[in-house]
Amino acid sequence: MKGNKAIAQAAINAGLQCYFGYPITPQNEIGEFMSDEMPKLGRTYISAESELAAVNMLIGAASTGTLAMTSSSSCAIALMQEAISAMATAEIPGVIISVMRAGPGLGNITPSQGDYFQATKGGGNGDYRTIVLAPATINEAVELTYKTFYLAFKYRNPAMLLADGMIGQMMEPVELKPFDLKIPDSSSWEANGVGEGSDKRPFRKLVSLHMQGDDLIVLNAKMQHKYHQIQENEVMYEEFMTDDADILITAFGTVARVAKSVVLKARKQGIKAGLFRPITLWPFPSKQLKSCATSKKAILDIELNEGQMMLDVKAAIDGVCPVELIAKLGGAIIKEGEILNKLVEISKNSPLKEGAKC
Amino acid sequence: MNSDGEKHIIIAGFGGQGVLFLGTTLAEAAIIEGKNTTWMPSYGAEMRGGSANCFVVISDNEIPSPIFDEADYGVFLSKAAINRFENTMKQNGTAIINSSMAKDCKLRNDLNHIMEPLSDISAHSSEKMLLNIMALGLLIKKTKILTKESVIQALEKISSGKKQEFLKFNLNSFEAGYNLIREKAIY
Repeated sequence: MKGNKAIAQAAINAGLQCYFGYPITPQNEIGEFMSDEMPKLGRTYISAESELAAVNMLIGAASTGTLAMTSSSSCAIALMQEAISAMATAEIPGVIISVMRAGPGLGNITPSQGDYFQATKGGGNGDYRTIVLAPATINEAVELTYKTFYLAFKYRNPAMLLADGMIGQMMEPVELKPFDLKIPDSSSWEANGVGEGSDKRPFRKLVSLHMQGDDLIVLNAKMQHKYHQIQENEVMYEEFMTDDADILITAFGTVARVAKSVVLKARKQGIKAGLFRPITLWPFPSKQLKSCATSKKAILDIELNEGQMMLDVKAAIDGVCPVELIAKLGGAIIKEGEILNKLVEISKNSPLKEGAKC
Repeated sequence: MNSDGEKHIIIAGFGGQGVLFLGTTLAEAAIIEGKNTTWMPSYGAEMRGGSANCFVVISDNEIPSPIFDEADYGVFLSKAAINRFENTMKQNGTAIINSSMAKDCKLRNDLNHIMEPLSDISAHSSEKMLLNIMALGLLIKKTKILTKESVIQALEKISSGKKQEFLKFNLNSFEAGYNLIREKAIY
């Protein structure tokens, strides 16, 4: 099954009621699939007039406690940043699927991971955070799509599934497990009408403008407290052969698949390599990475961008070992041989502790 | 084949020749055999007549990347496909070539070429013969990367439901492709 279709089916399984989208490669199959399947189920599919319209429809639908999402890619996710900041501030659980293409600018349609900053740091204003999950396989994309909806509602916060174009476009065997999470109850906050007669409840507002007194100070404190909770409780990562490793590879998404295969090949050559793969890019598994990296000679960070995640890696490990980088931009692909050569080079240069810069 | 048993297959031609369908069928057959597989298309502004290609990986192990540098097997249905992708073949790899469209092509001499005029056969046969599925028959017969039975099962699965009417064309074409080599040996 194609990754885009699997993600779309997973969203439907999770109980998605409203999909809003505007076409862009490499995620078009999501909208295509939704346009076929959502009406059959009596749910809503809207082909919006622009990405701005789509993401604002998402705000409207999710405000009522409805499971809603939009999907898009790089330069069009860029258009949605203002709305994502507004959603975070008004605490609206919108789900965004971002299937990355190569940038910057309109770039091209080849696979890339150039939107790590865009997703985890956000282009919107203010001290907000977006929950970001990054799948490495299509099976995991299904699982993490489920989780994205769950976390968005659990924390009343926008959440994003960040896939690269390869996940979106490739096919591999998928086991579409049933949705087994319970979407947290939204009845205490959803703006779904005040009701009538004796059932009438007080008026509710979900807003991102807070002009009165200390409102915004209070809200920011509440949001930061929530973000702290998310960091404490929702970190996801994978460790592969890290226990006895000398060199730790850090990579996310599809790059981690290649890295895993290289770890096995390196070990056949006597190089003890391991892989640490963040699955939640925000919250970033900082503590876990630091404790994993403490006994290592070096980290090799590999990304389809100019080392965007490497900044988080370096901040996390706080200088316990040096960090090297393999970066591929503009749709260039990572080759196993290249990683293997770099590992050989790093292991020859060890002990790296002295004089190596972090 | 790689040391770790991974088979890399590249299928290329132009839009409308059924390049992506050929790849999908291979991947489906691999699943039927209980193997891991990935299928990765060229995507974007492709159209009928433009270039089309897909990468298929089949393995008993986890597949690291659906994109690869070197192919073990190639199916090239057009001249442009040969020119663009023959260089990505491993030495001694096997390439199925639609010789109807390979005129004046300079072919590498370190590959195992299977040349058949598939476009001509398809155009001149009394029955409807599908170029891509004949190529698939040739590939399976020559390389045995998957069994004939699982490919037939895959075709049956893909050509089910609304597409039922295409099944017999697919099966006939597959059989014809599969038997092309044998017939040549008899001649």
